[in-house]
Amino acid sequence: MTGFVGQDQFLSWGRVERVHQDVAAPAFRDELKGLLAQPDNRSLLAVGLGRSYGDSCLNGGQRLIDMTRLDRLIALDSTGGIVQAEAGLALGDLLRRIVPKGWFTTTVPGTRHATLGGLLANDVHGKNNHRAGSFGRGVRRLSLLRSDQGQIDLASGEGSDLFAATIGGLGLTGIITSVELELTPIRSAWLDVERIAFGHVRDFFRLAAESAGSHEHTVAWIDCTARGSELGRGIFQRANWLDDGDLVPHAESALSVPFEAPSALLNSVVIRAFNGLYWRLQKSGRARQRMHYAPFFFPLDKVSHWNRLYGRPGFYQYQCLVPPSAAEAAIEELMREIEASGAASALSVLKTLGPSRSPGMLSFAREGATLALDFANRGAPTLALLGRLDDIVRQAGGRLYPAKDGRMPADMFRAGYPEWTSFAAHVDPRFSSNFWRRVAR
Amino acid sequence: MSRVIVLGALSAIGEATARLYAADSARLVLAGRNIERLEQVGSDLIARGAAAARSWQVDFAACADPAGELERMAAHLEGPVDAILLFFGALGDQALAERDPGEAARIIDVNFTAAVPWCLAAAALLERQKAGALVVVSSVAADRGRQSNYVYGAAKAGLGVLVEGIAHRLARSGAHAVTIKAGFVDTPMTAHLKRGGPLWAKPATVARDIRAAAERPGRPIVYTPWFWRFIMLVVRNVPAFVFHKTRL
Ligand SMILES: Cc1cc2nc3c(=O)[nH]c(=O)nc-3n(C[C@H](O)[C@H](O)[C@H](O)COP(=O)(O)OP(=O)(O)OC[C@H]3O[C@@H](n4cnc5c(N)ncnc54)[C@H](O)[C@@H]3O)c2cc1C
Ligand SMILES: NC(=O)c1ccc[n+]([C@@H]2O[C@H](COP(=O)([O-])OP(=O)(O)OC[C@H]3O[C@@H](n4cnc5c(N)ncnc54)[C@H](OP(=O)(O)O)[C@@H]3O)[C@@H](O)[C@H]2O)c1
Repeated sequence: MTGFVGQDQFLSWGRVERVHQDVAAPAFRDELKGLLAQPDNRSLLAVGLGRSYGDSCLNGGQRLIDMTRLDRLIALDSTGGIVQAEAGLALGDLLRRIVPKGWFTTTVPGTRHATLGGLLANDVHGKNNHRAGSFGRGVRRLSLLRSDQGQIDLASGEGSDLFAATIGGLGLTGIITSVELELTPIRSAWLDVERIAFGHVRDFFRLAAESAGSHEHTVAWIDCTARGSELGRGIFQRANWLDDGDLVPHAESALSVPFEAPSALLNSVVIRAFNGLYWRLQKSGRARQRMHYAPFFFPLDKVSHWNRLYGRPGFYQYQCLVPPSAAEAAIEELMREIEASGAASALSVLKTLGPSRSPGMLSFAREGATLALDFANRGAPTLALLGRLDDIVRQAGGRLYPAKDGRMPADMFRAGYPEWTSFAAHVDPRFSSNFWRRVAR
Repeated sequence: MSRVIVLGALSAIGEATARLYAADSARLVLAGRNIERLEQVGSDLIARGAAAARSWQVDFAACADPAGELERMAAHLEGPVDAILLFFGALGDQALAERDPGEAARIIDVNFTAAVPWCLAAAALLERQKAGALVVVSSVAADRGRQSNYVYGAAKAGLGVLVEGIAHRLARSGAHAVTIKAGFVDTPMTAHLKRGGPLWAKPATVARDIRAAAERPGRPIVYTPWFWRFIMLVVRNVPAFVFHKTRL
């Protein structure tokens, strides 16, 4: 029987916050009930691979249930395209089983090192959001284990509030023990990818609008380190699945950053040089290319633990969403604010999200444009900059993505997610997280 | 397509190894004590490509007739057995074992006494087949007695000598036997220890070496991950007056 063990090694992806937590890693589903029935009143939180950047997957001083050993497939229907699995199964592991059989998940985030439970609890969005909607749209059923109601099986389309609360519910509605997903057929593991350089945010929005009908996958990299008239330059990528029958899955990556880098490594000079170089390489590179899904969807997975490059202080990701009407002006303003601050975002990604409704009460994805930025943690100046970005996002009627957040003020969360009060009624009384204590108390 | 018997299929390392065989459409017998868990592991292995995964409920320490039981498992595989893999074991509580002879006996029982008849039965079966591998998971703890886990280490050392003898016995038969000396692996067995750092391996990493050992005769002792061979070379050769100053 697996028990809780105190440790301080479980970090979120941004590595900013370091907390002590009692962690249990059960190997079988039947152990979960016992883990929920702890005599004292410290709270619990189930977590996956810790790919959330901030503190939504942390429960400092309390308890964590590491779900990653619960990674078994329960049933795979490779004719009908339906898979049922334990919630700790990693997306990459699943793709290695289903791609050779001609299936893919309805959408994927920018990393394959995320568990099904984590993808569901953040209701993640992918490059095909304008077509497929968020991850939760592919969820047919889920099993939830709660401290007050025991095991509950929920299905989509039944109008269950608890189902809607659990999708995008940040792990607060109980332990997701298993998930049933609908899959999408593919006829190749490869995509036809086109890259188009653009000089201004305006051009990005034109390209995005023009590609939404013709391309299943779109995303743009923005050079947030460019200045003056070059501000807002970037590379727009759009792609469609090929149908050449080559269904070879990805291989596991071999490269890794073994240790924390000195924190001065990713300073703004290096980041500017890197972004400038990337811009020149991409601009002059081949415009159209046959590309495997792994480098296309998961470019950062090529080097595991790349987050250690930010060194001991870690980094913040800032991901906002602004509604369509305000999008162009707001994105420009955000970039100008960053330029003025002198801080450099190492990696900036811009994408438009489609109108399809996300099924979760707290789902982040809705129609608009989303910008994701990575900033090394330099303490007060970094937080001050993010505060100024908050003002712009708020003005535009936008909101921030909890999966990426480790600092937004409570009122920012509440303004962005007015449904949070009805959501709160579904939170398991024994569950909590650093994020939740920060925004809801 | 290989045919494999997994003794201790609910161990984290055992399950990880079974997954490697499943990906190549193996037929598997999964033996362990908890039938529901075995069924869960079996469904997963089928979804991962296994041609068959048969759950087999058995308490290895309480089985009256390991040889007969092993024969029945083999019969289920419908053909010659390619590998018999032995994973069951328990770390136990060293401090408790020093106070309570019952705990010491339990550690010796699970890791050694219970394993012996299963190894001997496997040796006989493979010898008759003139093919196949017996792979038994021991530990680097068996290489030198250390204050933190020497009862466990002693049991695993005994098991290692047994399997070494079986390897010798099988040497000209066409079958072979291997002792796996595993280092620190991140599994439920070690959940209570402080983990992390470069010495800790994932079950999947160790599993690859176990499978390779089953398929390649000629190396009766395999350290996994490989660097433990060198670490243990040093550990074995540190003079006692130095070693005794450590708290290893
Ligand atoms: C390189 C990179 C790229 C990314 N790209 C995208 C992207 O394109 N789009 C996007 O939307 N996101 C993206 N993300 C974020 C990532 O997809 C999410 O944070 C995802 O939820 C991580 O899954 P995880 O298994 O690591 O979950 P964790 O981070 O461990 O947990 C996430 C949340 O899920 C909850 N949870 C996890 N498992 C369970 C369970 N079994 N039961 C109940 N609750 C559970 C946790 O409590 C927590 O609230 C990216 C992250 C990285 C590192
Ligand atoms: N983890 C390490 O660092 C490490 C290092 C070196 C060697 N090893 C060895 O590797 C092997 C696998 O261990 P692991 O790390 O994978 O640990 P594990 O997941 O805890 O597996 C141990 C397994 O042994 C089973 N078992 C014990 N006694 C049994 C009995 N009488 N009948 C049936 N099953 C029994 C347990 O079953 P129950 O759940 O029913 O108890 C459990 O499934 C062990 O032999 C261990 O000594 C491990």
